[in-house]
Amino acid sequence: MKISKEEVLHVAKLARLSFSEKEIGLFTHQLNQILIYMEKLNEVDTSKIEPTYHALEITNVFREDDIKPSLDKEKVLSNAPKKDRDMIVVPRVI
Amino acid sequence: MKYEAVIGLEVHAQLLTDSKIFCSCSTKFGAPPNTHVCPICMGMPGVLPVLNKKVLEYALKMALATHCKIAPYSVFARKNYFYPDLPKGYQISQYELPLAEDGYIEIEVDGKKKRIGITRIHMEEDAGKLIHDPYRPLSYVDFNRTGVPLIEIVSKPDIRTPEEAVAYLKMLRSILRYLEICDGNMEEGSLRCDANISLRPLGSSEFGVKTELKNMNSFRHVERALSYEIERQKSILESGGRIVQETRLWDETKGITRSMRGKEEAHDYRYFPDPDLVPIVIDKDWIEEIKRGLPELPSEKKRRFISQYNLPPYDAEVLTSSKSLSEYFEETLKEYNRPKVVSNWIMSELLRQLNKDKKEVTECLIRPKDLAGLLKMIEEGTISGKIAKSVFEEMYMTGKTAKEIVKEKGLVQITDETALRGMAKGILDRYPNQVKEYKGGKKKLLGFFIGQIMKETKGKANPQLVNKIFKELLDEE
Repeated sequence: MKISKEEVLHVAKLARLSFSEKEIGLFTHQLNQILIYMEKLNEVDTSKIEPTYHALEITNVFREDDIKPSLDKEKVLSNAPKKDRDMIVVPRVI
Repeated sequence: MKYEAVIGLEVHAQLLTDSKIFCSCSTKFGAPPNTHVCPICMGMPGVLPVLNKKVLEYALKMALATHCKIAPYSVFARKNYFYPDLPKGYQISQYELPLAEDGYIEIEVDGKKKRIGITRIHMEEDAGKLIHDPYRPLSYVDFNRTGVPLIEIVSKPDIRTPEEAVAYLKMLRSILRYLEICDGNMEEGSLRCDANISLRPLGSSEFGVKTELKNMNSFRHVERALSYEIERQKSILESGGRIVQETRLWDETKGITRSMRGKEEAHDYRYFPDPDLVPIVIDKDWIEEIKRGLPELPSEKKRRFISQYNLPPYDAEVLTSSKSLSEYFEETLKEYNRPKVVSNWIMSELLRQLNKDKKEVTECLIRPKDLAGLLKMIEEGTISGKIAKSVFEEMYMTGKTAKEIVKEKGLVQITDETALRGMAKGILDRYPNQVKEYKGGKKKLLGFFIGQIMKETKGKANPQLVNKIFKELLDEE
């Protein structure tokens, strides 16, 4: 087993997802299949290869420090389920 | 058992750019809620963040000013967690391959110099602001601050006392301000500090269990919170208990730290490189260019003030504590080249007024050349040192020059010896008893006579001259 049921539950919790017992079993199985498949990569000798941090080869893309108009407040708040005095209202977290 | 504290600080500094780190929204403080936001900083699907070049330049400046090694190749990473002030569900930060590592700054506590190491400096975006409802279990989210550029400066665990922590923080702030990349305002949150602290038996080289302290919004808070935490941990260890690794909040009104129970403590951020932002490559030429643009930094300037102007270290320390104050000092010297005299006036009169009004020297109505003008009038004997102090106050309030004030109020010092001698004689005639006592040996009464003439002249009599005249009159009679 590459990944345990507990680890799957932990990842689900971090992602704020909840699953039925059946789904957890299914995902544990599927994730294991994926990880076993990924294991194949370990068969390649990469000792002389620099780690890849990015898929693109381009570097140093910048913008100048210029201000452009922001989004209309109405649009900003249009997706908020609850709003009050131009702020988004959420359950208290602290 | 004797314990030693091991302290490391994580400092977040908001950078003074006009626009945010990855989008073109304004960073201006105090705008109405949710008016400085766009699809990029709100984390809408399909948007593409692009790094603000100035953020990188500012971060490089700080890295070089603190003797860090610049990474030739560095990348941004996503730090994943859920919190209502974080619209994307991740913060763009740097994790592996940060911009700069392994630097140091020098601090001085009780005259002893000490080097505090810097583990790393990286760039990241700020989160939004939550306002908690005082009555209902609700919070209000304002995303204006989301995406405002920050640098995080992580110290090595080289700090041993709360005093050192404050000295380190003050030095960092001073460097940030000299570089003009952060305003350093702790109360407003443009400079924020978290601390990691543990105790260990003195002489041991292992680390104890640490706690993380948050919510310290001033130098004083940092010092008090660390002192409290040292005592708290000490009493637990001394009674045979164990420290729990946790985050604790400083409560300034109660003067205690308390556990942040309830908040998710499992730090499992699942960092990974951000595919939306391309890597940053810094070559030697760029580093050299930034280096050439660095201003004289506080520690160098302090050394120069001591050697060039012959100032005591304390004066040099105070005068170089802010770039604008050091410039004020040197501007004044251009017109009046007596460093110690200028230093005395700045350190006593000027800073007293500014501190009282919580103002910066840049807001001061007295311009350097006006201060020089005042000092010249004292040196030339036009006004006495005592009068000068009230003239100074008037200048500070009104922005008028010393000349104008002295002329308006007729404060020119009386140096006419004949006139003063006449007044002195009159005073001696009026106080025959005191004269007798003086002659009987009570020489202290000289001060009394001088006081009388000062009263009559409203302080305008030249004190040295008056002193001489009375001595002559009393001793010759």
